[in-house]
Amino acid sequence: MKIRLVYSKLGKVRFTSHRDMARVWERCLRKADIAMAYSEGFSPRPKLSFGLALPTGGESLAEYLDITLAHEWEPSDISELPRRLTASMPTGIDVLEAVALPLGVDSLQQAVTSCTWTIEMVGTTIERRSAQIAAVLDAPTLRVTRERKGKPVEDDLRPLILVLDPTEMPDGALGVLAELGTKPRAVRPSELLTALDPSLPTGRIRRLNQWITVDGARREPLAVGAAVDERTEVGAR
Amino acid sequence: MNSLWPELERLLGRVQKPARYIGCEDGVIVPEHAPHKVAWLLAYPDTYEIGLPNQGLQILYEILNERDDAVAERTYAPWTDLEAILRTERIPLFSVDTHRAAADFDVLAVNLSAELVYTNVLNMIDLAGVAIRADERGDADLLVAAGGHCTYNPEPLADFIDFFVIGDGEEVVSEITEVIRDWKTSGRTPGSRRHVLRELAKVPGVYVPSMYEVTYDGPALVATTPRYPDVPEQVEKRTVADLAEWPYPKNQLVPLTEVVHDRLNVEVFRGCTRGCRFCQAGMITRPVRERPADQVRTMVQDGLRRTGYDEVALTSLSTADFSGIEKVVADTVNDPANSGQVSISLPSLRVDAFTVGVAAQLQKARRTGLTFAPEAGTWRMRQIINKLITEEDLYSAVDSAYSQGWRRMKLYFLTGLPSETDEDTLGIAELATNCVEIGKRYNKSASVTVSVGGFVPKPFTPFQWFGQNTVDELSRKVFLLRDEVKRNRGVQMKWHDPKATLVEGIASRGDRRIGRVIEDVWRNGGTFQEWSEHFAYELWTDAMERAGLSIDWYVYRHRTEDEVLPWDHISAGLHKDFLWQDWRDALAEVGLEDCRWTPCYDCGACTGYGIEHIVASATAPAGGSQGTNQDHSHGGAVPVSILPRATVGAASR
Ligand code: SF4
Repeated sequence: MKIRLVYSKLGKVRFTSHRDMARVWERCLRKADIAMAYSEGFSPRPKLSFGLALPTGGESLAEYLDITLAHEWEPSDISELPRRLTASMPTGIDVLEAVALPLGVDSLQQAVTSCTWTIEMVGTTIERRSAQIAAVLDAPTLRVTRERKGKPVEDDLRPLILVLDPTEMPDGALGVLAELGTKPRAVRPSELLTALDPSLPTGRIRRLNQWITVDGARREPLAVGAAVDERTEVGAR
Repeated sequence: MNSLWPELERLLGRVQKPARYIGCEDGVIVPEHAPHKVAWLLAYPDTYEIGLPNQGLQILYEILNERDDAVAERTYAPWTDLEAILRTERIPLFSVDTHRAAADFDVLAVNLSAELVYTNVLNMIDLAGVAIRADERGDADLLVAAGGHCTYNPEPLADFIDFFVIGDGEEVVSEITEVIRDWKTSGRTPGSRRHVLRELAKVPGVYVPSMYEVTYDGPALVATTPRYPDVPEQVEKRTVADLAEWPYPKNQLVPLTEVVHDRLNVEVFRGCTRGCRFCQAGMITRPVRERPADQVRTMVQDGLRRTGYDEVALTSLSTADFSGIEKVVADTVNDPANSGQVSISLPSLRVDAFTVGVAAQLQKARRTGLTFAPEAGTWRMRQIINKLITEEDLYSAVDSAYSQGWRRMKLYFLTGLPSETDEDTLGIAELATNCVEIGKRYNKSASVTVSVGGFVPKPFTPFQWFGQNTVDELSRKVFLLRDEVKRNRGVQMKWHDPKATLVEGIASRGDRRIGRVIEDVWRNGGTFQEWSEHFAYELWTDAMERAGLSIDWYVYRHRTEDEVLPWDHISAGLHKDFLWQDWRDALAEVGLEDCRWTPCYDCGACTGYGIEHIVASATAPAGGSQGTNQDHSHGGAVPVSILPRATVGAASR
């Protein structure tokens, strides 16, 4: 059986990379005595599936992880899971909630369609920020070139900037709140920052949500189980 | 608390791998500093990835933090990108545990495990905010200490280090703490720094270079003598008699980011009496002190449970020699709590003890890399270096491994050994080719990686009198071998840069005058010399020239029996005449058996200190020739006198 959990990543631990976190999770699950299912083959690995990578240094209130368990679990055990896992994870990682996943749910990588971020604009002014937001929103296209497998690839960011508003960071510093699409590829917060003002250094970023939008309805990844339940219920009626 | 974290947090977004600097490991200690507590900053002079797993540092970290008059935190060399930022932002070296500035500590204690890190040591002292030269530091400045294997020749760093610790640190670190605590609580009055150093010089195992006068006659060293009557003429190493009393680290640190040896490490014994003549570690850590098998099992089980690791390494200088190794391996692999997912690695495996039994156990879980170290290509050469493993030993180990499903393995060799001929060098290619042939019987894609290092003669070994091969000679041998190896597609070859080997040679047997060279290289930006992208050969050769010192004299020259050596005032317990005799035996191609299972040669390591080997088994482990060139396939039946240990019942069959 599979479970999906959501956790936050705040403080010093935000400087670990996506790869680092995968290793930390593996060890933590073994430490917490969670029997995981393993892949077959020469070098078996536990079956863990992570969502879209969080940039190293970024904080998050909405990181997701799917775990394939070795056996079936009672719902009461699943509700105990966040407390157990938080205790064995490093300071700064809090497991907020866990749910059982119905069979056949898309992986996080496939399913997530957008993420909401706050992005700091170090040293900007309110006026400059307003002008820059307006310029991005008014632009018909935002072409960027990046390197992929040694070849330059060009794409347009503009259709993937779904929301762009001024906001303040927790300490009052200026920033933007942005919902950025992930299909066909995820826009990185640093790319948005460059589009807004290429002269700015990297500041703090924080992921607030990940979204799965199906037929115009936007849900968080933990609500997917509920969504499937509704559909089956409707079908049964 | 004066944490630098708020400032660092702002800057870490600009550097590579920022997780190196955050601490937060599982097992981290957040100690409470206090005026009556001696604050140690334990430093590893290379990157976090290399330094974090260092067991010596972790052991001291725990022992010190368990004391109520001490605290210990850790620091590692900041990579060049962060260093540049620290220097422009005027931020000092900091601990990773609580991000305190180095100036908040009383001692900066550096681990020295390789010569090429010496310039990083200077760099860290400088980043800590004190003068790099010991004689320019004042009463308010922290004390700079050094420990680790390289301290057996402390002289190249003597100008920069306030005190060195020779040998095992478990006990002496507490004695040092007490001396420094008294100094600290008495208020570090003006001029008291000299006094505390003099007191430290009286602690057995502590060497304070400023208390010694060095005299030269031209290039030759005449003597190193104490300046005061209460300072010992010779500093004896420290040895803990029984590893069972020191089950450390109890809470091995588990880092959040990837490091080398990223697994549980359990030390199964210390010391080695195989007597390989090139191996400094083996010579200076005698006698052999095994950890009781039951304690090993407990440390493995508890460690796996606590850390969540799925790999454990049983570490020592030659793990297959551990009494009852097959049983410990089998118990770990078959422990139901590990649900078949835990793999074991046995670094430093001797081929003569790698049996099908061990191979079969190891392959039950995930297979880890396999490395054997025949060290030399011909039997003649292996007799000279006293690595007495026969070709048959190697081939049967390799056969065991391939037959149990391994497809590739690594073989370690040295080149530039005493009296080595081209035939010996090319013997490496032949051994490797034959190993691949054996592998092909089991798997078409069988391969072998040959890794070749240039030999650096080390203090306190029989080869300490040998003149190192020149850069040209080493390069010639490496390319000779490479051309030979190229003809076999199953054999890959890697080699150590002969120029780096030369620099190691300068520091390995250098005297106090080499300090000027190290300082010169550091002043010219030569840090991270272990990293090929930063290694700067010309900085070293230029610095030698500027200092008026000859590479020929320091590195390439054979020493004579009567020569005063720069480390003669340090003692590893070994009698100099034992080493000299062993050097003569080497040149006569005479091997020497392991004294664990044969009568003692009185090398001095046990006899001088009144301690003995602690070995659970009275017989040599089964398999191969066990260094005696005899058939020991059922375990050697050599009568020995060993310290009996009631708690261990793991006698081998
Ligand atoms: S003193 Fe004797 S038994 Fe001890 S290490 Fe030396 S040779 Fe071996």
